[in-house]
Amino acid sequence: MSDIHSQRDLAYVRTEEAPAMPAPLTVSGPIGWMRENLFPTPINSLMSLIFGALLLYVIWITLEWSVFNAVWSGEDRSACIGDGAHGACWAMARAKFGQWMYGFYPFTERWRVDVVGIVGVLALVPMMMPSLPYKRINGIFLLGIYPILTLILLTGGNFDISFLPTITVNIDTGESSLNWSVWMVAFAFVLAIVVPILFLGFVAKIISPIISAIASAAIAGGVALLLIIMSIDFGLPYVETSKWGGLLLTLVVAVTGIVASLPIGVLLALGRRSNMPVVKLFSVAFIELWRGVPLITVLFMASVVLPLFLPPGTSFDKLLRALIGVALFSSAYMAEVVRGGLQAIPKGQTEAAQALGLTYWQNMGLITLPQALKLVIPGIVNSFIGLFKDTVLVGIIGLYDLLLIVQAANTDQKWVAPQTHSTGFFFAAAVFWIFCFGMSRYSMFMERQLDTGHKN
Amino acid sequence: MALLRSAQQGEGSSMSVTTGVDGPPKVAFFNDPKVRSIGVQAILIAVIIFFGWQMVQNTLANLERANIASGWGFLDTTAGFDLSFTLIPYSESSTYGRAITVGVLNTILVAFCGIITATIIGFIVGVMRLSKNWLVAKVAEIYIEIARNVPLLVQMFIWYKVVLAALPSPRAAWSIGDTIFLSNRGITIPKFIWGDGAWMIGVAVVAAIAGIVMLKKWAHKRQEATGEQFPVFLTSLAILFGLPLLTYFALGAPVEFEFAEQGNFNLRGGVGLVPEFAALYFALSVYTASFIAEIVRSGILAVNKGQTEASYALGLRPNPALRLVVIPQAMRVIIPPLASQYLNLTKNSSLAVAIGFPELVAAGGTVMNQSGQAVEIITIWMAVYLTISLLTSAFMNWFNARMKLVER
Amino acid sequence: MKRTLLSLALGTAVSLAGITAASAGTLDDVKSKGFIQCGVSQGLIGFSNPDDKNNWTGLDVDFCRAVAGAVFGDGQKVKFTPLSAKERFTALQSGEIDILSRNTTWTMGRDTSLGLVFAGVTYYDGQGFLVKKSLGVDSALKLDGASVCTQTGTTTELNLADYFRANNMKYEVVAFEKADEVIAAYDSGRCDVFTTDQSGLYAERLKLKNPDENVVLPEIISKEPLGPVVRQGDDAWFNVVKWTYFALLNAEEAGVTTANVDDMVANSTDPGIRRLLGVEGDFGKAIGLENNWAANAVKAVGNYGEMFDRNVGPETNLKISRGVNALWSKGGIQYAPPVR
Repeated sequence: MSDIHSQRDLAYVRTEEAPAMPAPLTVSGPIGWMRENLFPTPINSLMSLIFGALLLYVIWITLEWSVFNAVWSGEDRSACIGDGAHGACWAMARAKFGQWMYGFYPFTERWRVDVVGIVGVLALVPMMMPSLPYKRINGIFLLGIYPILTLILLTGGNFDISFLPTITVNIDTGESSLNWSVWMVAFAFVLAIVVPILFLGFVAKIISPIISAIASAAIAGGVALLLIIMSIDFGLPYVETSKWGGLLLTLVVAVTGIVASLPIGVLLALGRRSNMPVVKLFSVAFIELWRGVPLITVLFMASVVLPLFLPPGTSFDKLLRALIGVALFSSAYMAEVVRGGLQAIPKGQTEAAQALGLTYWQNMGLITLPQALKLVIPGIVNSFIGLFKDTVLVGIIGLYDLLLIVQAANTDQKWVAPQTHSTGFFFAAAVFWIFCFGMSRYSMFMERQLDTGHKN
Repeated sequence: MALLRSAQQGEGSSMSVTTGVDGPPKVAFFNDPKVRSIGVQAILIAVIIFFGWQMVQNTLANLERANIASGWGFLDTTAGFDLSFTLIPYSESSTYGRAITVGVLNTILVAFCGIITATIIGFIVGVMRLSKNWLVAKVAEIYIEIARNVPLLVQMFIWYKVVLAALPSPRAAWSIGDTIFLSNRGITIPKFIWGDGAWMIGVAVVAAIAGIVMLKKWAHKRQEATGEQFPVFLTSLAILFGLPLLTYFALGAPVEFEFAEQGNFNLRGGVGLVPEFAALYFALSVYTASFIAEIVRSGILAVNKGQTEASYALGLRPNPALRLVVIPQAMRVIIPPLASQYLNLTKNSSLAVAIGFPELVAAGGTVMNQSGQAVEIITIWMAVYLTISLLTSAFMNWFNARMKLVER
Repeated sequence: MKRTLLSLALGTAVSLAGITAASAGTLDDVKSKGFIQCGVSQGLIGFSNPDDKNNWTGLDVDFCRAVAGAVFGDGQKVKFTPLSAKERFTALQSGEIDILSRNTTWTMGRDTSLGLVFAGVTYYDGQGFLVKKSLGVDSALKLDGASVCTQTGTTTELNLADYFRANNMKYEVVAFEKADEVIAAYDSGRCDVFTTDQSGLYAERLKLKNPDENVVLPEIISKEPLGPVVRQGDDAWFNVVKWTYFALLNAEEAGVTTANVDDMVANSTDPGIRRLLGVEGDFGKAIGLENNWAANAVKAVGNYGEMFDRNVGPETNLKISRGVNALWSKGGIQYAPPVR
C-alpha cells in the first residue's frame, strides 16, 4: 500500500513514457545517410570523393557545351561560327528537326507518318501493360492489320500485283530459257497447293475435315483479300522509300527487322532442335553463319552483292535489300533466344502432350512455344534494343537513318559550321538513349512480371 | 523458310504415330515417319541446291555482262595506297593481298586488346554496382546505362573526338624522359634493335613463365599440407621482370633502342600506336564492359547468399571471400554470356572503318573500291570473321567445360 | 499508275514485283517508267546534298535534272539515290540507277574494266593540299614526314601515295570513310595536311573552326576530271547524257540562259542557236528525244555557267572561281562539239 502511495506522491516520477528522442544528427537524416552510404570507411570515403568529383566534372562539361555555350537561335551558319560559338548549334537542330524525324518525306504527306506513329503507340501501350484486357484482339491488330495499314500509309498503297503478265512477257521475249521469276512463281504455286494439303491432312486427323477445309479457305481468302487491299488506289500520293529517313527509317528498319525475325527465329530454333539431320545441319549452319559475321558485312552484301545474285536486269528496292539483310541477321540471334526458352521448358511438358496424342505442331503451338516465348520476352526486348542500336549501320550503305541524316546537315551550305557535326551526334545519341533506356526498363519490368516464382 | 515449315510438319507426323503394344500399326507409306523425314530432307536439300545454283549462275552471268573479272588474281596486284597502322611491313607498293593481311592482323590485335580490357573494366564495374557505397554503385549504374544504350558507332565518334582533343600536338608532345612520347599522333615508344644473343632474353621470358607455373603448384601444395600461404603474386611479378632483366645485363645489354625525336611534322623513329587505335580500343572496351558488368552482377547475385555467409563464418575477409568463394561459382553463370560478348566485340571492331583505323573491313573496303572485286572481298570478310568467331567460341567452350561444376 | 514496290507480305513473290527490265535499253526504260534514277553522293557541299526543304541541290544533282529536262521536258522527273563511294559502281552495273553523277573521277581503269563509260567532264578538278599556316609550309614538296588525312576508297588516296613516292618523301596516311571525319580529324590536329580535290578543299574549309588560319598549297598533284557515268554498250542513253552535257556548254557559249531561252526559241536568227534549240533540223529526233530537248535542259537548270555559279560559284559559300572550268573561249578547257 505504502509503496503505491509513495509512488503516486513523487512528483518527479513520470507517469507516462518519455517520447523517443530523435536519433542523433550523425546517424539520421542526410548526414547519417551519407555516413552510412558514402563515408563508412576511409577507403570508401576516398572512393566517394573521387567518383563524386568525376561525376560532377562530366556533368559540368556536358552542360557547358550543350546548354551554357550553346547557340539557340539563328537563321543560318553565321549564328554558329565565330568566337562565341563553342557550344552546340541548336539553331541548326531546330531548322533541321523535321528532316531528322521524317527524312525527305514530303511536307504535305507527313500526317501519314504521324497517323502511323499515333496508331502504333495507341495499340502498343495497352499491349505492353500486362493488366489490361483484350490482348488477343490487340495482338491480331498489331501483327495483322497494323503492318498493312503502315505499308499502305507510308508508301501510298496501290501496288501492282499483276506479276503474272510479267512472266508471259519474259517467256515471249525468251531472253533466258528458265527465267528466275518463272521458277519463283512455280515455287509459290507449289507452296500454295502443298501447304493447304498438308495442313488439311494434319488438322483433319484431330478436328474435322470441314473445319480444316474452312481454315484453309480462310487463309487463302485472307491472302487474296490482302492482295486486293494492297492494290486499291486510296488516292494517296506515292512516296518512294528513298524519301524515307531519319527516326522514321530507323524505326521502320528496327521494327520490321524484329517482327520478321521472330517467325524465322522460331523456325530456326525448332530446326536446330530437330532430329532430322539435314534440317538440323541447315539451321545450325544458318544461325552460326549470321552470328559469326558483323552486321556491316551483311549490309554490304545486301547492298553490293545481292544485286549480282539476281537475274540480269532485275533490281530490288534498296530499303528492302537492307531489311532482308537485317531480318536474316537478327533472326539468327532470335533463334538462339528462342532456343534458350525452349530448353527451359521441362521435357515432361512435351511428353505429356505426346501422351495426350498431340502432334508435333499441336504440341509446339499449344504447349511448348507459348510457355517458351513467354519466358524469353525479356530476351526478345534485349535483342530489339541491340537491333535498334545496330540500325545506325544502314547509313553505311546510304540509307538516311537518324545518324546519317544528322550528319547530312554537315553538307548543307546553309548550316555547315564547326559544331554542326557534334550537335547532330549529341542529338542522335540522346534519342537513341531515350528509346533504349526505356526499352531496357520495360524489359526489367516484364522480367519481374513474368517471374511466377518457379525459379529457385 | 516455308519449305522448312513443311519439313517440320513431316516431323510432326512422327509424333502422332502411336506405337501399340502389338507392334507398329499399319500406316500408309506417306505417313511413315521415316519416309516422311527422308522425303522432307530431300526436298530441303533440293531447294538449297537449286537456289545456290541459281545464285551462282546469276552472279556469273551478271559479272560477265558487266565485264567484271572474277577470281582471286587481283590479290597479287599492287595496292598503291598506304595504311596508317601496320603490324607487318607494308608500303604502297605492296599487294592487295598484303593490305588485307594487315587488316586481318589489326582486327585480331584490337579484338584481343579490347577483350582483355573490357573484361577487366566489366568485372570492376560489375562489382562496383553491388558496392555498399551509394555513390560508387550509382556511378557504376550511370555508366552502364549510358554505355549500353547509345549506339557504338556514336560512342566511337565521341571517343575519337575526346582522344584528339585531350592530347597535345606532336610539337608539344608529352614525354617521359624523352623515351615515350604521347601526342595526338599517338603514343611512341623506342624501337628495339636486337643485337647478338638477344634471343636469350626471349628464352628467359619463357623460363620465367615456366618458373611461375611451377611456383604456383608448389605454393598450392604447401598450403594444402601446412596451411601456410605464400605471396605467389608478388614473387611471380619479381620473376617475370627480374629474370629477363638479369639476362639482359648478364649478356652485356645486347638490345639497343632507337629513340623517337622531333621531326619537321611528326616524331621520327620509334614505334607508334595511332590514336585511331586508342579511340577504337576505348570505345570497344567501354561499350562491351557495360554488358560484361551486367553479366558479372547477375552472376554474383546468382550465387547463394549462404556461400558468402559461410565464408565469413569461416573467417574469410570480404575480399578473399569474393575472390575465392563467390566469383569462382559465379563464373559458371558468367562464362557462356561472356563468350558471346567477346564475339560481339570482335565483330564490332568492324566499325573502325568510320574513324579511320585500317582493320579488316576498312582495308578490304579500300581494296574493293580500287579493284571492284566486291564478291571476293565480301567473301574474305565473312570467312575471316567466321573463323575468328568459331575459334573464339571453341576456346570459350573449352574454358567453360573446365570451369563447370564437377559433381561427384 | 500502279507501282511495283516490293512488299514482304507477298512472300515469295517478292522478287517479281521489283523487276525492272534494264536490259531493254536505258532510254526506253527511262521513258516508260517516267523518271530518271540518278546516283549521287551522300553529301558533298556544292555537288550534291539535301537541303532543309528536302530538295537535292548541287552541280551533280543539277546535271541529272538537265538530263531529265532533255528527256521529259521536266527537270523534276528525276529520283536521287545517295550512294557511298564503295557502292557507286555496283549500283550502276546492277541497273539500280540509270546514271551515276557522283563526283567520280574519269580514269582509264574505270572507263574500261568496270563495264561503265564516262559521258563527259562536268567539273575539271585536281587534288590539292590544305595545311595550317602555323606550320610555315609553302610547298607540297616540303611535306616530308607529315601526317595526311584523306578519304578512303578514292583516287585521292592513290594519287597521294604516288606523289609522295615520286618525290621520295615519307608520310603517314589516316584514311576515313566520310569527308566529315576527315576534316574533323584535320581540324583537331590529328594531321598536318588535308588532301582532297580542290573543290572539296573549298567545301570542307567551311567546317573549320578558323578557316583563315589554313592555306591551300599551290601544287595540284593530279588530274581529276569528274563526270557522269553510264553503262557500257548502251549507246542511245550514252548519247543522250553526253549531248545534254554538250548542250549546256553550247548554250552558255551562245548566251542562252534560263531567262532568255523562250525568247531565243521564238526570235533567234542565229542558225547555230536555232539548231541547238531545235528550231532547225532534227537533231533531237536523232538521239531519240524531242527536238526541243536542249531548250528543255536549259529551262530545267540553266546553261553550264548558271549551273556552276548557282552551286559552287563565287556567290555561294564555296566561292570557287571558274578557272579551268571556264569555256574554251574564256581561257578554260570546257569545250563542246557543235550541234550540226
